Amino acid sequence: MAPWPVAVQGCGRKPTRAEAVKSLSPMPAVSFQSVSKTYSTPRGPFHALSGVSLDIEEGEFFGLLGPNGAGKTTLISILAGLARASSGRVLVQGCDVQADFSQARRKLGVVPQELVFDPFFNVREALRFQSGYFGVKGNDDWIDELLHSLGLADKAQANMRQLSGGMKRRVLVAQALVHKPPIIVLDEPTAGVDVELRQTLWHFIAKLNKQGHTVLLTTHYLEEAEALCGRIAMLKNGRVVALDRTSELLRAASGNVLVFKTDSALPDALAAQARVTGRVVQLAANDAQDIERFLATLREAGVEVQDIEIRRADLEDVFLNVMAAAAAAEETAGASPQPLEHA
Amino acid sequence: MTGWQMLFYKEVLRFWKVSFQTVGAPVLTAVLYLLIFGHVLQDHVKVYDRIDYISFLVPGLVMMSVLQNAFANSSSSLVQSKIMGSLVFQLLTPMSHRAWFLAYVGSSMVRGLVVGLGVFLVTLVFARPELAAPLWIIVFALLGAALLATLGIIAGLWADKFDQMAAFQNFIIVPMTFLSGVFYSISSLPPFWQAVSHLNPFFYMIDGFRYGFFGQSDASPWLSLGIVGTAWLCVSALALQLLRTGYKIRS
Repeated sequence: MAPWPVAVQGCGRKPTRAEAVKSLSPMPAVSFQSVSKTYSTPRGPFHALSGVSLDIEEGEFFGLLGPNGAGKTTLISILAGLARASSGRVLVQGCDVQADFSQARRKLGVVPQELVFDPFFNVREALRFQSGYFGVKGNDDWIDELLHSLGLADKAQANMRQLSGGMKRRVLVAQALVHKPPIIVLDEPTAGVDVELRQTLWHFIAKLNKQGHTVLLTTHYLEEAEALCGRIAMLKNGRVVALDRTSELLRAASGNVLVFKTDSALPDALAAQARVTGRVVQLAANDAQDIERFLATLREAGVEVQDIEIRRADLEDVFLNVMAAAAAAEETAGASPQPLEHA
Repeated sequence: MTGWQMLFYKEVLRFWKVSFQTVGAPVLTAVLYLLIFGHVLQDHVKVYDRIDYISFLVPGLVMMSVLQNAFANSSSSLVQSKIMGSLVFQLLTPMSHRAWFLAYVGSSMVRGLVVGLGVFLVTLVFARPELAAPLWIIVFALLGAALLATLGIIAGLWADKFDQMAAFQNFIIVPMTFLSGVFYSISSLPPFWQAVSHLNPFFYMIDGFRYGFFGQSDASPWLSLGIVGTAWLCVSALALQLLRTGYKIRS
């Protein structure tokens, strides 16, 4: 697929003196500035986001991770104009998503999390409408190119209802790219998607990123984030609890993990620190002594183990450490934990 | 095409793709009304001296179809895409609230007027209407369609579920249309109910529209124009405000 320009453009208004001075330094692709969002619920106010500040630089592949309910989708909704921040602001290449919403939205291609579609129309019609909403005229060549690149060419005339989940997901990606945006936002794009499509999708998005597009991704698949994202922010309860380069986050959790399978119950000393998934047990170890100690404890307790391996800590381990540390900080600091540097 | 033009086109295409249901069915319903009420009441109801009941009924039925279908279009489209989640495709775009307003009102007017025209053409088989003041016919058809299309936007934004939408339609729109003089002349009612009818803006739409056919009506067409026009401006201001603030569509 032919690349499209990703040049940073202003907001169509004269910059203020402060903005002009600031513009001498490179402008972030996306800037979240003290963004808070509070919903009123029957049980009182719910703080979905509390003072989130982070910048995503031009051309970055940025990951936004966090457990369910951490505020990832709320943050993306505020960026995309689907929700309004209670306080703070969000800039897209310098354009405020509220005050300059028209310019800001032209710069964003958002792939929503839900597999939504309009049942009245076929794929080509859906893409033509989306082009028209952005005021893009005569876009059929580009639509054809998108259909081809995403493996949808033979589905162009198919009604949206007839498509499989994976195909619908591809159409969502095509709809997000129909106006050639410089910034691509993907909200859990691989949830419930088969392996083949996941590979196709990542190949496609990684190519766009290489061409200079900024990518903001939320995902539950941590191995994807580890493989793709240059920098990662972790959210918990509406706060940023870790923000760093992926390599730094991994270095911070530089230990190893002892992995084995067993059908027996673990001794109490190990059960407290083990991560157990069915028969698979994982124990974080800082050094060789830790591993020897674990094995000795298992031997003494007569636990029969199989398929022992030692692997380096990955992003999932970092993620769990950060979440546990954030939870501990919340307990000690009450309602306002301090953001952690990293794991 | 600009944003509003594409949304307008999409909305017209949406109802046209299911025109059997959105155009054919309402035309059939109106014709059934004409046949049944016309046949049953032909010799029992006398409205204006020189006009037979079926001829009197035609403009009322045409206008009722225009109003109900203009309302149904914008309201059902909005509530459906809200529930299905496909409204997000429009919410992510740079279209302004005015673009949304123009597209939804315009496309719903088209549906109302297409159905109204369909009803009118079919009723030509049964009655030869007069066309005393065609300009008034056009003015009230356009204004009535616009008013109900705009009300449809408000209802579509407000309703979270299909049954709320149905309640709005069945408990507000249908009674107000039926009690507005579609099937009778207000002058045939007792004074109290005449006074009540004069508080119903739907009465002025149908009465003004009927004036265009017979050159005769219960209220002055200018008064009707003033009331319907004012009602549309008020309802439009509210609809634009709801769209601007993203009422129930942007959290």
